[in-house]
Amino acid sequence: MTYVLKPKLHHPMLAKNKLGFTRRDYEGKVSTLCAGCGHDSISAALIQAFFQLDIQPHRVAKLSGIGCSSKTPDYFLGNSHGFNTVHGRMPSVLTGANLANRDLIYLGVSGDGDSASIGLGQFAHVMRRGVNMTYILENNGVYGLTKGQFSATADKGSKAKKGMVNADAAVDTVSLALLMGATFVARSFSGDKQQLTPLVEAAIWHQGAAFIDVISPCVAFNNHPGSTKSYDYVREHNEAVNRLDFWPSRDAITVDYSEGGVIEVPQHDGSIIKLRKLDAEYDPSDKINAITHIAQAAAKGEVLTGLLYLAPDAEDLHQHLNTFEAPFNRLGEKELCPGSALLDKINAGLR
Amino acid sequence: MRVTDIKNPDYFHKVVDCQWACPAHTPVPEYIRLIAAGRYADAYMVNWKSNVFPGILGRTCDRPCEPACRRGRVEEDNQAKPEPVAICRLKRVAADFKGDDMKGRMPKPAAKKNGRKIACVGAGPASLTVARDLAPLGYQVTVFDQDPRAGGMIWSQIPRFRLPEEVIDEEVGYILDLGVEFRGGVKIDSMKKLIAQGYDAIFIGSGAPRGRDLEIPGRKAAANNIHIGIDWLSSVSFGHTTKIGKRVIVLGGGNTAMDCCRTSKRIGGGDVKVIVRSGFEEMKASPWEKEDAQHEGIPILNFLVPKAFLHANGKLTGMSFEKVKAVYDDKGKRSLVPTGEPEQTFECDDVLVAVGQENAFPWIEKDAGIEFDQWGLPVLDKATLQSSARNVFFGGDAAFGPKNIIWAVAHGHDAAISIDKLLNAEDLRERPAPSVNLLSQKMGIHEWSYDNEIAGDARYKVPWRDIKLTLKNVKAEVELGFDVATAWKEAQRCLNCDVQTVFASKLCIECDACVDICPMDCISFVANGEESELRARLNAPAKNLTQDLYLQDGLKTGRVMVKDEDVCLHCGLCAERCPTGAWDMQKFLLEMTDAGPGCRSRERKAA
Ligand SMILES: Cc1cc2nc3c(=O)[nH]c(=O)nc-3n(C[C@H](O)[C@H](O)[C@H](O)COP(=O)(O)OP(=O)(O)OC[C@H]3O[C@@H](n4cnc5c(N)ncnc54)[C@H](O)[C@@H]3O)c2cc1C
Ligand SMILES: Cc1ncc(C[n+]2csc(CCOP(=O)(O)OP(=O)(O)O)c2C)c(N)n1
Ligand code: SF4
Ligand code: SF4
Ligand code: SF4
Ligand SMILES: [Mg+2]
Repeated sequence: MTYVLKPKLHHPMLAKNKLGFTRRDYEGKVSTLCAGCGHDSISAALIQAFFQLDIQPHRVAKLSGIGCSSKTPDYFLGNSHGFNTVHGRMPSVLTGANLANRDLIYLGVSGDGDSASIGLGQFAHVMRRGVNMTYILENNGVYGLTKGQFSATADKGSKAKKGMVNADAAVDTVSLALLMGATFVARSFSGDKQQLTPLVEAAIWHQGAAFIDVISPCVAFNNHPGSTKSYDYVREHNEAVNRLDFWPSRDAITVDYSEGGVIEVPQHDGSIIKLRKLDAEYDPSDKINAITHIAQAAAKGEVLTGLLYLAPDAEDLHQHLNTFEAPFNRLGEKELCPGSALLDKINAGLR
Repeated sequence: MRVTDIKNPDYFHKVVDCQWACPAHTPVPEYIRLIAAGRYADAYMVNWKSNVFPGILGRTCDRPCEPACRRGRVEEDNQAKPEPVAICRLKRVAADFKGDDMKGRMPKPAAKKNGRKIACVGAGPASLTVARDLAPLGYQVTVFDQDPRAGGMIWSQIPRFRLPEEVIDEEVGYILDLGVEFRGGVKIDSMKKLIAQGYDAIFIGSGAPRGRDLEIPGRKAAANNIHIGIDWLSSVSFGHTTKIGKRVIVLGGGNTAMDCCRTSKRIGGGDVKVIVRSGFEEMKASPWEKEDAQHEGIPILNFLVPKAFLHANGKLTGMSFEKVKAVYDDKGKRSLVPTGEPEQTFECDDVLVAVGQENAFPWIEKDAGIEFDQWGLPVLDKATLQSSARNVFFGGDAAFGPKNIIWAVAHGHDAAISIDKLLNAEDLRERPAPSVNLLSQKMGIHEWSYDNEIAGDARYKVPWRDIKLTLKNVKAEVELGFDVATAWKEAQRCLNCDVQTVFASKLCIECDACVDICPMDCISFVANGEESELRARLNAPAKNLTQDLYLQDGLKTGRVMVKDEDVCLHCGLCAERCPTGAWDMQKFLLEMTDAGPGCRSRERKAA
C-alpha cells in the first residue's frame, strides 16, 4: 500500500519523563525529507533532548528560515510554537520574539545556505547580540531544497555530485560564531546522536547565544566520494575533543574519569557542566585556544567536534539592554501606563 | 553475540509467533490476509492443509497461538486491555463463508491403491488426520471406533452448543470421502487379534477414555446421582441422557467441568455450581470457558476440597467440603492447607465428577509386543511416534495423555509421515524439512504488496445468540461467529508477522533513518557484546528472552545492527525510510511437509 503514517503504538516499556510524557509525545509530523537525510537524525536528537529535559512543549518556540533543514521544525515538537521566516531571516525574527517574550525557550533551526549564504549578516548579528537561544545549523554543504548547488560552507576543492569542483573558500560557521561572541559553540555530526543529544541539552540549558554546527549529510546530493560532507568522509575525519554527559548539577564531581580527566565549567545559574576530555590539550573555556585549535584541525583536514567553547561568564541580550523582567504579554495597564507624574519626569529629563 | 543465520528456517518461523506456537504450524497471517481480501475458500484451504478441521477448530481450538500472538504484547501500555488477534474465530470465518463448492478443491481418492493396508483404532482427530494424509497416496486405511459416528471426542464430548453437528459431519465427511473405510460400532478388544489381521501398520488413536473417580465417603451409597463427567457428556451427546436434577454440583476446574456445568444448565439444572480445590486463577479451563460459564449464571467456588457425599435413604442430598488456602514454599511450590474454618455443605440432587482423565488400554495384551511405562503410557519415540513394535504408532490423547484436538492433528501428520517412510524402507528419524519461500514485497518506493498500515482497533467480540434461547436448547450454538464486516476489521489487527524485515549490511550507510522512524524502537546500531549484556543496552531494553535478536555485522563503523524481534509491527517503515534498500520486507511462507513423496529423502534427492 502507499505511504503509511507512523503508527501511534509505542514500545510497551517506553520511558516517561517527569511530566508524564514519552519521547513519542515530542514528535511532529512524519518527515517529508528524502529517506536517509541527516536532518531527520538531528530532529530525533532534538526530540530526545527536549524529552530528557522534561520541557513542556508549549514553552518552546521553533524558528527557521528556508531549506530542507528549515522545514524540519514541522517534524518534531508538534505541540510547540513555530515560525517559518523568509530565507536567511530567522535570526532577526527570533531576536524580536525573544525581546517580546523572554520566558519561552528559543530554538533556531537553519541550513548552511540559510545561515552562511543569504543569511550571513543576520547570523553574525544574532551571535553578537547574545540572544538567549539554541541555534542549530544543519550543515550539508549544499542547497538541498533547490537540488544540490554548493553552499557557502562547501569546502574548497570538494566535488559536486556531477563532478564540478568548488573553487570558493568555505565559511567556517563555528569560527565565525566564536568571533562574533557566541557563548556556547559546538560542532557535531548527525550520525552520532550519542554526542549530539547531550550537546543539544547543554545548549538549551545555556543562558546565552548557543550555536551547534551539525554536519548533516544530504543523501540525495552530497553523499558521494569527493564530498567532504558525506557519511563516510565525516566518519573518517571526525576528531572529537571531548564528550559531554550532560547533567546540570551543583555538586562536586563524584565520578572519576581516569583517562583524560574531566573539565568543569560553572554556569551563571550555579550549575556545573562537566566534560570528559578526549584531547588532553583542549580547554573549551579558553576562546583563543579554541580558535587556534579549530584552525589547526581544519588545516589537517580534520573535522573537529565536541563542545568547542563555553564561556563561563555568558550574558544575554536582555542583560545587555537591561529590559523589563516580564514578557510583553503579561504587562498590564499599570506597567504600560505609569501615569502622568512619571511622564512629566521623563519629559523633564529630555528638556 | 553471533551473527544470525536467517537461512535456518526456524529463525523467521519463530518470528511468526502464532505459526510457531501452533502444533500443526498453520500459516496464520497468510490465511488472515486471505480473509481480509474476501478469499474465504482459499483461506479455508490454507487451514485445511495444516489443521484438517478449520470449522471445528475455529470454534473449539485450545488456541495456543493466541497467547503467543505478537499483537497482545504490542498492545501493552497502548490499549486498556491488551489482546491478541482473534485467530481462532477468524478461522471459523473462513469456514462459514467459504461457499458450498469445496468438493472440487479437495484431493481425490487415489486412482490406484498401493496395496498397503493401515488400521486406525479410534476415529478421533488423530486417526482421521492419519487417514487424510495417507488415503490420497493410495494406502487402504480402515478406521475403527466403538461409537457409531466418526469424530471421537469431538463428537462424544464437545457439546453441540459449542460445535454443531453439521460442522462435524462436513469435515469428517471430507476425510471419509477420500476412500477411507470407517467401521463404526466396532470395538477393538484384542491388539493381538488386530495384529494378526496382517495390516502393514497400525495407528492407535484411542484417546484417554477413562474419567477419574472420587473415592470419598458416600460415593457408593449415593452412586445413582453421581456421574463421571466424560461418560455423562457422551451420554448426552448420543441422546441417552436428556435431563438432570434441579441442583447440580460440578467438581473440577478443567474443560470437562465447564462443559458439564453448561450442559446441566440446559437440561434441567437450575442451581448449577462449579466447585474446585484450587484457586480460580489456577483452574485448568481456558479463561474464555470460565467467562462463558459465569456469563450463563454459573458460580465458581474455589479453595474447597470435597470431603463426603451426603445421603439419606440411599439418595444423594449434598456434599461437604473443607476450606483451604494456597501456601507457597521457598521454591514457589504450592500446597493447599486447611484454613481451620468449619466444613461447608451444599445441598444438591446430582454431582458430576470432572476431576481428570486417564489413559487406559485394557484391550492391549501385555504380551502384544508393546511396552508401557510406569504411568501406563506407551513407550514412544517423541518425533516418530513409533512404539516398541516397529509398525505400531500412537497419537493424540493415547500417546502422551489428554491434550487437545490440534495436538491430535499434529500427531496425526507426524505418524502419517512415519508410516509412509516405514513402508518405503526409509529412516523414520530423518524428518522432512518444511518448505520455505522468502519473497520481497516491494512494489515501489512506498508500495508494498501487503497492507502495512497498522490498525489501532481493540479486539472485536464474537456476537452471541440470545441467552434465553441458548439456555433452553442444548443444541443451539451460543456463538454466532463474526459477520464479514467485523471479520475484516479484526483481520486488520493482524500485524503480518510473516512479512519479515530482512537486513543487508553491505547496503547500509548507517544513516539512522530506520532507527529514528521505527515506532517500536526495535533497531539499534551498537558495539557487539555478549547477548545478555547486549540486550540491556539497545534503544529499548530487550527483556523478552523468548524473542530472538537479529544481529548482522559487516558495517563500516564496525558496529553491529541488532533488531529485537519482540514488538516489531512489521509496518515496513524502516524499509520505507532506508535510502539504500538495506532493509527489505520479505514474505516468509513456511509450509510443513506432509506424508508423501516430498517427505521421503531418497525421492527428494533423486528429484
Ligand atoms: C468434555 C471435553 C471437552 C473438550 N473440549 C475440547 C475443546 O474445546 N477443544 C479441544 O481442542 N479439545 C477438547 N477436548 C479434548 C479433545 O476432545 C481431545 O484431546 C481429542 O479429541 C483427542 O483426540 P484423539 O484423536 O486422540 O482421540 P479421541 O477424540 O479421544 O477419540 C478416540 C476414539 O477412540 C475410540 N476408541 C477408544 N478405544 C477404542 C477401542 N478399543 N476400539 C474402538 N474404538 C475405541 C473412542 O470411542 C473415541 O471415539 C475436550 C475433551 C473433553 C473430555
Ligand atoms: C529569498 C530567497 N532566495 C532563494 C530561495 C531559493 N532557495 C530555497 S532553499 C535555498 C537554499 C537552502 O539551503 P540550506 O539552507 O543549506 O538548506 P538545505 O536544503 O540544504 O537543508 C534556496 C537558495 C528562496 N527560497 N528565497
Ligand atoms: S534533498 Fe538533501 S537535504 Fe533535502 S531532504 Fe533530501 S537529502 Fe535532505
Ligand atoms: S517493521 Fe521496521 S519500522 Fe516497523 S516496527 Fe518493525 S523494525 Fe520498526
Ligand atoms: S536506514 Fe538503511 S542505510 Fe540507514 S541505517 Fe537504516 S538500514 Fe542503514
Ligand atoms: Mg544545506
